[in-house]
Amino acid sequence: MSGIVVAWAPNEYGAAALEAGLVEARRRGTSVVLVNGTRGDRLVDDRFASDGQIGSLERQLVEAGVEHEVRQTMGEDIADQVLSVAEEIGAELVVIGLRRRSPVGKLIMGSTSQRVLLGAHCPVLAVKP
Amino acid sequence: MDSLGLLWDGFQAAFTPMNLMYAAIGVLLGTFVGVLPGIGPAMAIALLLPVTYGLEPVPAFIMFAGIYYGGMYGGSTTSILLNTPGESASVMTALEGNKMARAGRAAQALATAAIGSFVAGTIGTILVALFAPALADVAVDIGAPSYFAIMVLALVMTAAVLGSSRLRGFIALFLGLTIGLVGLDLNTGQPRLSFGVPQLADRLDIVVVAVGIFALGEALWVAAHLRRRPLDVIPVGRPWMGRSDWRRSWGPWLRGTAYGFPFGAIPAGGAEIPTFLSYVTERKLARTDEFGKGAIEGVAGPEAANNASAAGMFVPMLALGLPVTATASVMLAAMQGYGIQPGPQLMTDQSDLVWTLLASLLIGNALLLVLNLPLAPLWAKLLRIPRPQLYAGILFFACLGAYTSNLDPFDIALLLVFGLLGVMMRRFGLPVLPLILGVILGPIMETKLREALTISGGDLSTLWSEPLAVVVYIVIALLLVVPPLLRRTRPGLDERMHEVIDERDDKELVER
Repeated sequence: MSGIVVAWAPNEYGAAALEAGLVEARRRGTSVVLVNGTRGDRLVDDRFASDGQIGSLERQLVEAGVEHEVRQTMGEDIADQVLSVAEEIGAELVVIGLRRRSPVGKLIMGSTSQRVLLGAHCPVLAVKP
Repeated sequence: MDSLGLLWDGFQAAFTPMNLMYAAIGVLLGTFVGVLPGIGPAMAIALLLPVTYGLEPVPAFIMFAGIYYGGMYGGSTTSILLNTPGESASVMTALEGNKMARAGRAAQALATAAIGSFVAGTIGTILVALFAPALADVAVDIGAPSYFAIMVLALVMTAAVLGSSRLRGFIALFLGLTIGLVGLDLNTGQPRLSFGVPQLADRLDIVVVAVGIFALGEALWVAAHLRRRPLDVIPVGRPWMGRSDWRRSWGPWLRGTAYGFPFGAIPAGGAEIPTFLSYVTERKLARTDEFGKGAIEGVAGPEAANNASAAGMFVPMLALGLPVTATASVMLAAMQGYGIQPGPQLMTDQSDLVWTLLASLLIGNALLLVLNLPLAPLWAKLLRIPRPQLYAGILFFACLGAYTSNLDPFDIALLLVFGLLGVMMRRFGLPVLPLILGVILGPIMETKLREALTISGGDLSTLWSEPLAVVVYIVIALLLVVPPLLRRTRPGLDERMHEVIDERDDKELVER
């Protein structure tokens, strides 16, 4: 099975990535797998969707009429979680939401997106909200 | 009315800008550690002990008092918004509080918790001011044998009555007593359990033991269970209450205070039982069937009971030198660090300290209300701190504290040993309170025992020569014998407590 992996989080970057991912999925006629990852090292993680948010996401996906799957993963590195799902399903495309950052900010903060870009075996579509 | 006059003097001493600042720092720090589950006021005070040795005792204790009350308050925020009670005392608050928050009434739940804490803390502190001097007056005449018996009672109660199993309680207690034995025998000058290590001959520093068990133990335990599914936090604005909330809250506040204070004053170990009793009472008295769906009474009552028992703890601590909670033990250790001898004579010898402390408890309580109502959304943000960063900070302070007490690297190694002990205790479910009480009360108990035996010339019968001692020993015997018998004949408090807790549809307590 091949498909599109969307790195998703309940925020504007996730929404942008999902939108682009759905457009691609319809165009290619494939399924989408949404990956919502957390490092799991804090009590509250805003980028990890609650059950309610997953519910409304599912409704949105059903409405879009695309074959889909939502995975919530936990591990040391979010990029690794996205990449390992991409590898597992043999993804033909990975979609990520990218935030604007200055070179200094990049130096200090590192980047999940960068690690996905560099580590993926397939094309990566990076979109901005 | 004499006490109130002294309390007024205490107020005047506490109302200096410096003291107010320490009260504010304490309250903020206390709420900080209270909000984060796993870190409590006992750990915070233990970590701060070395820092405060440079201070006068009065400002240091003002700060500790603020941390203690702040910690009690902070715990309710986490229970309500996250359904993760940081300590056993806030379990009951979480029951209704989280349901209220889910129903969109988080602001009212936080408000009734904060104002209830304030009411209960204020009444409780005034009761301490009235009862502690009276108790101390009586306690001055208590002889060494009776004193010894009372301390045995405190230890047996914390080890046997609390917690899931007596065996675990007693294991923790004897570990603590053993740790308390290390060092030179005060009478004969012989080294005990020092294994020829010169640093061990000089009694273990209580800072190292407390920081090792509380801070390092918790940090290592968290490191071993680092990744957990994040919880849903309920967003909240500024807490407030409507008129009907006020009308429904004040009764539970007062009833909760009435339950909490006496239980805090006896060594029945904190607020578990009074919060439960308050919850059950409010549930029975409730006219609506809102209980189980987020009734405000179910937050107001237990939260008041929790804080009243936190105040009640000061009665035995100030009047008898007898700590009944982990935080009180660490505070007592701090007193010893200042060379202040805890005991019945404290109220007269250090009356300035005691009355300023009580006054600053009242001030701290008012500060808590002023700070916490507007700051609640900010406290909720603390829950987003990543654990690695948070515990790295705690470890830093722990090592710094252990090192600065003697400037000896040996203490860091000792800290690690106690940290490992702390992890093992968490792993095997041993309660920490009996251990800490054992470490602190052990040496004091030994002194009293030696005193009694020296007076009687080594005759053991002196231990039950005083009527009070005999009564206390009978109480101990009853405590050990009656609960198991009761449990066999009818379901006791324990099971009912667990029934209530099991009713929670969301059982995701922090696994510890």
